[in-house]
Amino acid sequence: MKPEQARAVLNQALLDIVPDALPEALPDDADLRQELELDSLDFVELVERLSARLGARIEEDDYPQLRTMGSAVAFLAGRSEPAARRRSS
Amino acid sequence: MPEFRMPSLGADMTAGTLLEWLVHEGDPVHRGDVVAVVDTDKAAIEVECFEDGVVDRLLVQPGQKVPVGAALASIRAGEGAVAALETGPAPLETAAAPLEAPAPAGPLVTSPLVRRLAAERGLDLAAVPATGTGGVVHRRDLPQAPAPRTGRVAHRRESVRASPLARRLAAAGGLDLAEIGPGAKDGTVHAADVRRALAGHPTAEPTRAAAPTRPARTAPAARGEAMRRAIGELMERSNREIPHYYLTQSVDLAAAMAWLHQRNRELPVTQRLLPAALLLAATAQAAAQVPQLNGHWRDGGFAPSSTVELGTVVSLRGGGILVPVVHDVANRSVVELMAAARDLAERARAGRLRSSDLRPASLTVSNLGEQGVDSVLGVIHPPQVAMVGFGTVQERPWAVDGLLGVRPVVVVSLAADHRASDGAVGARLLHRIDRLLQRPEEL
Repeated sequence: MKPEQARAVLNQALLDIVPDALPEALPDDADLRQELELDSLDFVELVERLSARLGARIEEDDYPQLRTMGSAVAFLAGRSEPAARRRSS
Repeated sequence: MPEFRMPSLGADMTAGTLLEWLVHEGDPVHRGDVVAVVDTDKAAIEVECFEDGVVDRLLVQPGQKVPVGAALASIRAGEGAVAALETGPAPLETAAAPLEAPAPAGPLVTSPLVRRLAAERGLDLAAVPATGTGGVVHRRDLPQAPAPRTGRVAHRRESVRASPLARRLAAAGGLDLAEIGPGAKDGTVHAADVRRALAGHPTAEPTRAAAPTRPARTAPAARGEAMRRAIGELMERSNREIPHYYLTQSVDLAAAMAWLHQRNRELPVTQRLLPAALLLAATAQAAAQVPQLNGHWRDGGFAPSSTVELGTVVSLRGGGILVPVVHDVANRSVVELMAAARDLAERARAGRLRSSDLRPASLTVSNLGEQGVDSVLGVIHPPQVAMVGFGTVQERPWAVDGLLGVRPVVVVSLAADHRASDGAVGARLLHRIDRLLQRPEEL
């Protein structure tokens, strides 16, 4: 997944949880939980949606990488691109 | 003849306003059917029936405010039952004397069902001539109303399986869920399906900000004031009548967090557990072991509850709280408890609670972990005799076997009614919670 796609996936997931949010307006260093006032239940839902979209589990150990817009996009882009495909392309 | 009565939907409710009947006289009803929508001061609640039978007479009209316990309808049990004489209800305020607060906010005071129907049909409620008290739009006011249906009317919306968010989005965008059709293989309409449909829908709301998808955030000021007043009255009564005592205990959560982490690696992502689920489970089991704190103060004495009905304080984004109840908590697994608590919180915030979610609690838990506070010294919700509070789980220096380590620690607090118990009993509850949290695998 290219970073632009990862960003689109993240924006969509955030919109599904906070429908009146404007994720595209968030800077890369914006703390997601603070900026969008996500509580633990919202965050669990975000993880659930992103996992479904990735087709891969997101573990609790990965949570620090979902802290900001920028780190989350990088995580999703990196996670969805298997090493094999990266070599062949 | 059985009567369908105004239920008590929370300790702070003394009366409720019937917003809408979802059944007609002569309709068969079944236990668990949603038969009416009732407005407490805090929220519009879908009220379920507790009887199987046939609706004999509707005794209260929409717009009427009646006390808790007043008969709303008579139900004929089974066939062959004969209509009996009914004494009329005792309305506090009738249609002629409308309720104090509700300004003619028009569509804002309508029932969830009417809002949903209007949204499904793409109607602007402000443009619908209202016949109800105080400008309330009833279902009968909506043009193109479908022919009255008999039978399990209230289950109609269950015919389309959809996620709560999908329902909210569809309602906000004026879409009929049935027309959207599921996009995923599980046969359920998800939010993404609705968004896709909205993108190509001519009458879809152009701006997201205008969509009332988080009702709590956009609730009218009148609702906020009424909720403030309802909470205030209950808390005032609590502080006036209940001699509170307070105890706190710091609990090492290292074992609990490690267990949770391990369980979360094994469980599907959709069942991911939060520390709150363990805290609720431990509280419930401790309450079952210390029955002096689990029950109600009635007529000058304590009446213990045979099950643990745990009220969980849900703070709404627009301000205010609702306290839905997790039923029979002590006999549920942590995974079940997590699912139940999550479902209740989501529905409380979406304004979709049912009467069964607001049955009387035997003990209430306030978890202020999200707010970053150290501890909660709560105010008991009468007629209960205790409230358990949890602060934020924080890394703290912690002495173990003469060595200093860093552990995740939570401060558990108890506010208890000194008429019903003494400090030693309260301390026992906190110790039990601590001990249970040291052996999370047994919860």
